Amino acid sequence: MRSTLSGFGQGLVKLGRERGDVVLLHADMAGSEIVDPFASLFPERTVNCGGSEQDMVTTAAGLALGDKKTVAVAPSAFLTSRSFDQIRTCLAIPDLGVVLVGTHSGLSAGEDGAVHQMNQDVALMRSLPGMSILVPSDFNSSSAMARLAIEHPGPVYIRLGRDEVPDTGPFDEAEMRIGGGRLLLEGDGVTLCACGIMVHEALKAARILSQQGINAEVIDCFCLKPLPSRLILSSLRRTGCCVVAEEHNVIGGLGEAIAALSASENPVPVKSVAVSDRYGQSGTPLELQEYYGLTFREIVGESAQVWSMRRR
Amino acid sequence: MKASQRRELERTALEVRKDIVRMTGVSRAGHLDSSLSVVDILVYLYWKVLKIRPDEPLWPERDRLVFSKDHGSPALYAVLARRGFFEREELWNYRRLGAMLQGRPEHARTPGVDAPGGSRGMAIGIANGLLLSSRMDGNDRRVFCIIGSEELREGSLWESALRAGDLGFEGLTVVVDSSAPPSAAQTPAPGKGASGRKRFEAFGWRVMEVDGHNFDHLERAVSRAHSDPEGLPCVILARTTPGKGVSSAEKGSLEKPGRLLDRNGMEQALRELELASGEMEEGVKP
Repeated sequence: MRSTLSGFGQGLVKLGRERGDVVLLHADMAGSEIVDPFASLFPERTVNCGGSEQDMVTTAAGLALGDKKTVAVAPSAFLTSRSFDQIRTCLAIPDLGVVLVGTHSGLSAGEDGAVHQMNQDVALMRSLPGMSILVPSDFNSSSAMARLAIEHPGPVYIRLGRDEVPDTGPFDEAEMRIGGGRLLLEGDGVTLCACGIMVHEALKAARILSQQGINAEVIDCFCLKPLPSRLILSSLRRTGCCVVAEEHNVIGGLGEAIAALSASENPVPVKSVAVSDRYGQSGTPLELQEYYGLTFREIVGESAQVWSMRRR
Repeated sequence: MKASQRRELERTALEVRKDIVRMTGVSRAGHLDSSLSVVDILVYLYWKVLKIRPDEPLWPERDRLVFSKDHGSPALYAVLARRGFFEREELWNYRRLGAMLQGRPEHARTPGVDAPGGSRGMAIGIANGLLLSSRMDGNDRRVFCIIGSEELREGSLWESALRAGDLGFEGLTVVVDSSAPPSAAQTPAPGKGASGRKRFEAFGWRVMEVDGHNFDHLERAVSRAHSDPEGLPCVILARTTPGKGVSSAEKGSLEKPGRLLDRNGMEQALRELELASGEMEEGVKP
């Protein structure tokens, strides 16, 4: 069990060794697994911006204009919503290659409650033309994303949770690309698309579904924008139905993106397992996952429904 | 400054003002008064201070200027064209579909533009990043910002001003174009007088106040900014007149919204500026 936070921290160090132009900005996050490894090796390329996220984003834009490759880290609640204007104006419109890393995303902010539990960040970032969005499900994919994001010419948003997660499965770095997805399990009964912690729930759901005679195909949609469209569509053609699971509001996330893709290219029933347009509250992340219905049980239930409506 | 140098700058500023009147007149867009107020500051920086190469706009060693003054982009574009970054013909397409010259400066579209031009309150943050990158590379690039006084109401500007003060950013000079349109006269203009000075001083900046239409004042302030004994970031609060040089615009009698001249007004403004040019040439004769 390892966190995606520490995975990205490890990948960042690797890139920092390879490239002298990589700079880390963070909003008072010294002591975290994502900041400390890089900061201790490259203090001259690390800047603590304190709790001023808007200035951090404009500073990242200035560094990009000065030919630096900047990784800016802050809790996603403040990075994406407080600094949205700066991200749109100074990074997205001018298409600057800055890497934004939102931590403590989704329900993983737990006890801190609704304000800190960011379930709208993907919706905000998806609405920006040119913004790529990555959500890792395990340590290895998170580590590989440091390279993907830093080598990508345009702006990238990476969404990380706080807690430790198991490895998703055998890891092949060749599958990791902007616009890519990982085919974790092959099946022809139902397509399960998921990202982040929900990939693990989807794999659990697939085991139960197979006992019921439904062979689920599980895709880790780690790149939410651009979507791995070909991978998803070829699966939908075989299964004829789909369930999408994400730790995000049902509006504006992966579920809507895949429903829109399916509606225009190959209409099949698509159901969503996500936060049903509500705000969070204090609680442990696991309790919250149960409370808001983000577990394998909901995925199994929705799978049975779309399976009965499948169109092949 | 030598009298001949000053005259040359004044002559250039008049030509820039004529171009601004023409481009806002032709495009029927853009704010004339906000553009005319900032002309002398831009002319001074682009002809006397900035280390730039118009035939090599991306020259890595160049000084950088971040321009975010609301509605002031016509002035920047007219200056860049006259300084040789692109053809003056581009000015007449300002704000048209597909044009190189957008409503707000875009660095990827326009040679000579170094950074996104905001919206309000973002320029000092961008400058901080540019200076950080120079420091990391060990070069002594200077960074200038031109912002409007109305931006001093933006919270994000003060986040960035605080950081520049904390880091002691020597080499950062921010010029605040402190003009306010006559319509705003009833509320105190932000950034004018003591309050703007005190706020910047509290954030660790060197503050200077000048007449933003006086080249000698600007020269003194900029050279002091570059030899600051404590190496502080510097802000120059430049008092300016909206619509400077065109009497109808100075009086605040421009057509609203958009603060534009109609066709007659435009011709009259050009005549006024031509007359000023003529008087200057007369004055030069022995």
